[in-house]
Amino acid sequence: MSALVRIEAVSKRFGAVTAVDDVSLDVRENEFLALLGASGCGKTTLLRMIAGLETPDSGKILIGDEDMTAAPPYARPVNMMFQSYALFPHMSVEENVAFGLKQDGLRGAELSARVREALAAVEMEGLGPRKPHQLSGGQRQRVALARCLAKRPRVLLLDEPLAALDKHLRERTQLELTALRARLGITFIVVTHDQSEAMAMADRVAVMEAGRILQVAGPREVYERPANQAVARFFGDINLWRMEGGRIPELGVAVPMAPAGSMAAVRPERISIARGNGALSGVVRDVVYLGTATTYFVQVSAGETVRVLAPGGVMFQRGEGVSLSWPPEALAVLPP
Amino acid sequence: MNRHRISFTTAALGAGLAFLYAPLLVVMVNSFNASRLVTVWTGFSPRWYGELFADRQILDAALNSLIVAVCSASLAVVVGTTAGYVFARFGYFRGRAALSGALAAPLVLPDVIAGLSLLLMFVALEQTFTWLPGRGLLTIVLAHASFTTAYVAIIVQARLAGMDREAEESAADLGAKPFAVFRAITLPMIRPAVAAGWLLAFVLSLDDLVIASFVSGPQSTTLPMVVFSSVRLGVSPKINALATILIVVTLALLSVAAWMGRATLKQK
Repeated sequence: MSALVRIEAVSKRFGAVTAVDDVSLDVRENEFLALLGASGCGKTTLLRMIAGLETPDSGKILIGDEDMTAAPPYARPVNMMFQSYALFPHMSVEENVAFGLKQDGLRGAELSARVREALAAVEMEGLGPRKPHQLSGGQRQRVALARCLAKRPRVLLLDEPLAALDKHLRERTQLELTALRARLGITFIVVTHDQSEAMAMADRVAVMEAGRILQVAGPREVYERPANQAVARFFGDINLWRMEGGRIPELGVAVPMAPAGSMAAVRPERISIARGNGALSGVVRDVVYLGTATTYFVQVSAGETVRVLAPGGVMFQRGEGVSLSWPPEALAVLPP
Repeated sequence: MNRHRISFTTAALGAGLAFLYAPLLVVMVNSFNASRLVTVWTGFSPRWYGELFADRQILDAALNSLIVAVCSASLAVVVGTTAGYVFARFGYFRGRAALSGALAAPLVLPDVIAGLSLLLMFVALEQTFTWLPGRGLLTIVLAHASFTTAYVAIIVQARLAGMDREAEESAADLGAKPFAVFRAITLPMIRPAVAAGWLLAFVLSLDDLVIASFVSGPQSTTLPMVVFSSVRLGVSPKINALATILIVVTLALLSVAAWMGRATLKQK
């Protein structure tokens, strides 16, 4: 598959801080890529460099096989939706959407047709004459999206598109963004700090930390086969054990083929819990009822507690003896 | 608590306001004094306003002042807005600190020094290039703009510093070249600050006596110069009437400028 956006060994420093550190990444045509990381990990800086709002200190950015490293933002076939939406406060919704098209020289009937089309794509017809301050947060987000879509960009960049919305609206918008992408066939690059958002929408997730990309893979792979401990920890709770000589000493469990010193990782929801003794037995130390599921902390040896997430209500009480097991594929081996 | 008792804060406010505005009030009251002697109240009369508007010298000077104030304020707005934009948006560049200092210097420079140096420069320009011969309204316009520019720049810079850059970045992202971004996005968003800067520059120019005295030519007497020279020959009640009009106009313009500034803050 061809790469629409190619980032080659890009670095960016702000004073003493290295925001983006030697990052290389290919974004494929028609792909939904999520840049995921905690705040300050460099994901927004990377997005701004693709948009042309920051210039890399070193490295190259190619868009559609053209070197765009030094191209100004107005010369790039990408459009960005800002976290604040950055609507023009003195312009109506229609004028906001028309602004980008006017820069391309569009006028008259063609211009108004494209504006109508873009507003229809986000279901905002009829609100054209309103000013941004007369809109709700969700409506503003739609206008900002329409303003980008009207330009028919090859790549749409979204900086925390759902962060400013309430929970209910966020879920709906998430589904709409996915549907919109499927309908329009535009490449999406989304910056987010929310792993469930990234997992729900993206074809591939690039996990970032301290200016570096830790892993780029599909949502299922980053979750189930994390490349390292940082990625594993980023996607929710996980049990991690150090391995020695092909086994986990704390549990007495054998893991064949694992290199010495590597880590074993098992997600809490992959562990089955049952009454009585088994290969791995322990005592329930704590029970946390979550509604749809229950978390048990099971002490399996003197210093070792295993976190288990079981669906449904509380089945085991504190102090009860239980046995734990998991299918072989649930165990991921990570580098130390 | 006795509700008729005046609290300390109210009294302090009253004293402060009296300190600031009592002299202005005296002038305004006296402008309606029927007597020729400023210090003796003989009765209410608007006659001095009539005489004021019959005085050609004062009317010419008032017209001069208005022309100078409008032109210098407009010039200051163009230069000052550009400077404020550069300081707020261009980040670091070589000579930034020097330029910023140079721009602010007229704010603290004594008027006498500013006026004298401008006069010497205009004389030198006349002798060397025969530019601006004899001096006149144009030299006053340039002189006023040279110090009011700093006020405009500071107001515009403050507004831009408090304004998110994302609207401008978004416009660039949507395909607008830098000048189009400034014209279509930045300028409309800072318009209240630019207008407030213009009004302030206008009022400062209208009020200036010292610098105008240095750089004016024989045919370009401004209103403060007429007032000052006539007061030296004894205060005419006409001048009280003129002062009253000036006070009202100045306060009105400053109120508009302040209101615009507040409207800007609210918008944010």
